[in-house]
Amino acid sequence: MPGTRLDRWHGSYSRRAVGMTASEIRALFAVASRPEVVSLAGGMPTLDALPLGEVAEIVRRCAAEQADTALQYGSGQGDSLAREQIVDVMTTVGVTCDPDDVVVTTGSQHALDLLVRILVDPGDVVLVESPSYVGALGVLRSYEADVRHVETGPHGAEPAAVAAAVALARSQGKVVKALYVVPHHQNPSGATTTAARRGELLEQCRRDGVLVIEDDPYALLGFDAEPVAAITSLDPDGVVYLGSFSKTFAPGLRVGWAVAPPAIRAKLVLAAEVSVLCPSMFSQRVVATYLAGSDWRAHVKVLRGTYRERRDALLDALGQQMPEARFTRPDGGFFTWVRLPEGIDAAAMLPRAIAARVAYVPGTAFYSDGRGGDHVRLSFCFPTPERLVEGVRRLTAVVTAEQDLRATFGDTLGPDRPRGHPADADRPATDTA
Amino acid sequence: MSADLDVLVLAGGLSAEREVSLASGRRVVAALHEAGVHAVAVDAGSDLVAVLDDRRPDVVWPVLHGAGGEDGSLLQVLELLGLPVVGSSATAARLAWDKTSAAAVVARTGVNVPASITLSHSVLRDLGADAVLPLVVRTLPGPVVVKPVHGGSSLGVTVVTDQDQLPRAMMAALGHDEACRVERLVVGVEVAVGVVDDGAGPRALPPVEIAPDSGSYDYESRYTAGATEFHCPARLPGGVLDRLMAESVGVHRELGLASLSRSDWIVTPDGTPWFLEVNTSPGLTGTSLLPQAAVAGGEALAALYRHLAHAALDRTRSTAAAMFHVEPSSA
Repeated sequence: MPGTRLDRWHGSYSRRAVGMTASEIRALFAVASRPEVVSLAGGMPTLDALPLGEVAEIVRRCAAEQADTALQYGSGQGDSLAREQIVDVMTTVGVTCDPDDVVVTTGSQHALDLLVRILVDPGDVVLVESPSYVGALGVLRSYEADVRHVETGPHGAEPAAVAAAVALARSQGKVVKALYVVPHHQNPSGATTTAARRGELLEQCRRDGVLVIEDDPYALLGFDAEPVAAITSLDPDGVVYLGSFSKTFAPGLRVGWAVAPPAIRAKLVLAAEVSVLCPSMFSQRVVATYLAGSDWRAHVKVLRGTYRERRDALLDALGQQMPEARFTRPDGGFFTWVRLPEGIDAAAMLPRAIAARVAYVPGTAFYSDGRGGDHVRLSFCFPTPERLVEGVRRLTAVVTAEQDLRATFGDTLGPDRPRGHPADADRPATDTA
Repeated sequence: MSADLDVLVLAGGLSAEREVSLASGRRVVAALHEAGVHAVAVDAGSDLVAVLDDRRPDVVWPVLHGAGGEDGSLLQVLELLGLPVVGSSATAARLAWDKTSAAAVVARTGVNVPASITLSHSVLRDLGADAVLPLVVRTLPGPVVVKPVHGGSSLGVTVVTDQDQLPRAMMAALGHDEACRVERLVVGVEVAVGVVDDGAGPRALPPVEIAPDSGSYDYESRYTAGATEFHCPARLPGGVLDRLMAESVGVHRELGLASLSRSDWIVTPDGTPWFLEVNTSPGLTGTSLLPQAAVAGGEALAALYRHLAHAALDRTRSTAAAMFHVEPSSA
């Protein structure tokens, strides 16, 4: 007699859905959003500095005065008013482009999804930094890409490593489709790819015939300096640029964009139409009206100050309380990348951290090959400086207890074994990406 | 909706099973509404005492999982507040939460319990793991399961078939608890048996057989729809089913549990049930084992939950009455 599986469609799922399972780690991230927990896991921007009265008035005007367009279907490429404003934003990273070059998407994550959809066949190779953005790894996995990490230093991905990875893949009969990079204040490492390195990487990719995907959501959030010119400014035909208003305005609106070479752009628009018909017209109008009528650059300046203060609080606390840890000192963005004291497994430690009311993202989430278990990503964007200090205090206690346990077992443990590939389910949800 | 009873369902909490608990809470509230009982779900946050003091419900039904929810500590607070509770007393829950103590009590009744060794982190630290571990291996030389002594979900649980991995497994368990339990691995059919007591004494629900595709009923198998096949009643001979039900009621009684429990067993190929552990706050979601078993046994969940709530109120009243009788004579 057959039993029950409590899912009558159990046999109907695609191969791509195999990794979509429940996981303890993912369940723990649900707990991280509770106020009792200091979450150093989330990548949620602060909304404290937003001029909410002004935003409310913009929303009212979009509904009252532009209803026939703002509440209607629009172009699959995006609203022309929004694209004009995006052209203005692109000048901040040294890019001169035309509204025709821009595709507006439902957050830049959607742009990445569309791009991978039109580029990657199962088994195609996509090169990424070491470590790389967890959300990009999820998209690449969902399209069954063969993800390969290239060696990455404090100045960005190593061009020689890119060349070697391309040569190796081709010798294996593989097709290399793209190099994916986050060049400003990278997620998770916080590192910024230098201007010189950008040129070298582009040159290497040009020689190898590999497209560069430049994911740049943190470009305007540098603490000390103006943005480095975007890679796409050096060769608009060799790069697809992805931008976002989630960090500089409001993630809830879900407005991002791509600036792509004409042929890629045309396919992106077709893919977008298939996927969502058009991005939200209402959100685009809110963003366009905000950009056209508000001093958004002043708002970004306030954000920089806020995030700098929070970075300082987190890094000072780490330096004082966890002297054995090694961490990056980002000059912008949301994250620092921390190497834990010898022998600690960040994923195994997470349930204990949650029990101690502090959360982080284990480093394994940022690799597709099981590495990263000795690292954690800590974010400083959302908690106040006081909460950040408290979070580090709690994390230090958890790490100390873990060290004590390791000391107890000492030599009986034998050599560390690398963890297997992390499942999709072990990756954090959107609010922590 | 009749207002004969006001039930406050506590759900949420801060364990990995938070979402599961919230889902259980919604199901319990819906079933109570269906039975005409006034019920509301409340997330167990830091303001809980104030909320309970303010509302003073007739009955509290905690559907919290993990430490705090199942270790008796929250139940203790509910007892201090004098609130009738669907579930076991703080003392009984604390005993069941400690797997080693619960197994020892259950073993005294003649139930089969796998051989095990319990070691604390402090004893390993003081005497040296390298000195103690060989004794463990000598006593339990075959495959073992290593788990935290206290813990409601599969967190920190490792099956060890290669002795070299024992230290790492113990370390994983001790990351969740001060003590770990190394238990002989019993291989067979995994079965869960729900026991309910809605006033007429504990009775067992039909045993549910759990057959996970992965071979291991871990978090992923538990909470991914479709990843596990369930059979209710379990595909076992009638005599074995009867024994499982009788022994599960025995476990419930022996540990002094109340309202509802779910005990987990392995039945070896010769038909012998081996007790693993008992859960005093079993999941009550749409896919949980106890509600599945109740429905398979022909029970209407709405009526069952209503009776459990009423029984909790009656139990508290009779306890209070007993205390009232005792006091004058002892004065």
